[in-house]
Amino acid sequence: MLCVLPVPAQARRFVVVLDAAHGGADTGAVLSAAGTAGGQSGDRQALEKQTLDKQALEKQTLDKQTLEKEMTLAMSQQLRALLVARGFTVVETRENDQLVDADARAVAANRAHADACLTLHATEAGTGVHLFVSSLGQLQPTLLMPWKTVQAGWVQSSLKLSSALHASLTATGNGSGSDVEIPVTMGRTSLPAIDSMACPAVAVEVAPWHGGAGSEVVDVTDLDYRTRVLQAVAAGLLSWRSEAGQP
Amino acid sequence: MTPRYQKILFTVLFLTSVLMTAVLVRLREHAHDQLLQGITEQGTTAPAVAPPEPVTFMVADDGTSTLRAESMAFPLPVEPEARARAVLNRLLAQYASPQSQHPLPTETDPVEAVYLMAESDPAPGTPSDRSASEPATQIHSSPEPASRRNQIAIVDLTQSFAATHPSGLETETLTVLSICATLHANLPRVAEVRFLVGGQQQATLNGHADLTQTYLTAASAAASGAQP
Ligand SMILES: [Zn+2]
Repeated sequence: MLCVLPVPAQARRFVVVLDAAHGGADTGAVLSAAGTAGGQSGDRQALEKQTLDKQALEKQTLDKQTLEKEMTLAMSQQLRALLVARGFTVVETRENDQLVDADARAVAANRAHADACLTLHATEAGTGVHLFVSSLGQLQPTLLMPWKTVQAGWVQSSLKLSSALHASLTATGNGSGSDVEIPVTMGRTSLPAIDSMACPAVAVEVAPWHGGAGSEVVDVTDLDYRTRVLQAVAAGLLSWRSEAGQP
Repeated sequence: MTPRYQKILFTVLFLTSVLMTAVLVRLREHAHDQLLQGITEQGTTAPAVAPPEPVTFMVADDGTSTLRAESMAFPLPVEPEARARAVLNRLLAQYASPQSQHPLPTETDPVEAVYLMAESDPAPGTPSDRSASEPATQIHSSPEPASRRNQIAIVDLTQSFAATHPSGLETETLTVLSICATLHANLPRVAEVRFLVGGQQQATLNGHADLTQTYLTAASAAASGAQP
């Protein structure tokens, strides 16, 4: 299967595709207030804290577990609002709880002729924000590229977008009034949806933050934490737009 | 009067019995010495099956999203596939320790099997991308003997390991890269790694890390993510 690469439009809007990962039968990870998600938690510190604090544990077990697919949709909707307010045109690969396969996500992104594509994930494992770019090697983009490796023509720009997001996320305080930096890691991996996208594409995975007030663990379900991360992502996209020569 | 021939016969028999007595005594002493020597050689401690061998683990760190080399030594089986399986099971077992920077649930022997094959051998059910694009004649003209060619490792993980692995892009990716890089560090001829779960091909480890692709071990460490 071949993909005809989009021809850049002239004097056009700056389009961001938001790809809320998972959906429908694909629930993704099971998230909970402090890592109680049925053996899925990689958060040992949180587990130890629970053992020591029986009252907190009782409250947490009463809390409804959150599925990753719900969290990524919430993140997509929240980030869309932030971006539209900053003059971006936003396209979402899903707007409700539906199963969207990797090809359909890439088709939606490629039809949008996007300037940036972000796939959104949430996890209980690790800490801070994890940025991932496709592990495909860079190739010279041609008019016709194999569907499964279209992203190979965009890897360099994806790495630049990842760096722009990293710089924004690690900027002191991220404009949130806090001077505690959220740790951000960058990596490469095989991402079936992203590997077929003809746009600068980055997967953004939000994990619990181990640096809250008093070194407490702040879960991904925490609205303030999530808002701080998404505001930094929006700021990163603003600087990406500036780099592209658009105000 | 005793005849002369009887005297000679008596003397010969007497000397023979003396000689046989001496031989019997000597044989008994020799047998005793051998028995004592045997007990000494057997020793009083259980013999080790194999001496410890140096092993390198490429250990994942969730905090930095990187792999780091850790050296240790323990006895390993001689057979290469059993050896690879033993190394990977020890690697994954240490992720269950409380000090792990890449915490995984405790699982006994999460690697069910490791199969090693020469790179140009057809893998069962998963034909090599490279051989598919090469002319058929090249299959018969490889100058390298199988004993020197690069190898493909097929790592078969248990279903329970995959199902209980923390779900996430970073954690799953690091587990896969740690396995690939550790295999390459200890079996340098392993250039490619493929994964099965419970003997079957599976799309992802637990929702994220792509298990349908072939991983190149040389690229594993580089792909593990570096802090800018
Ligand atoms: Zn996910």
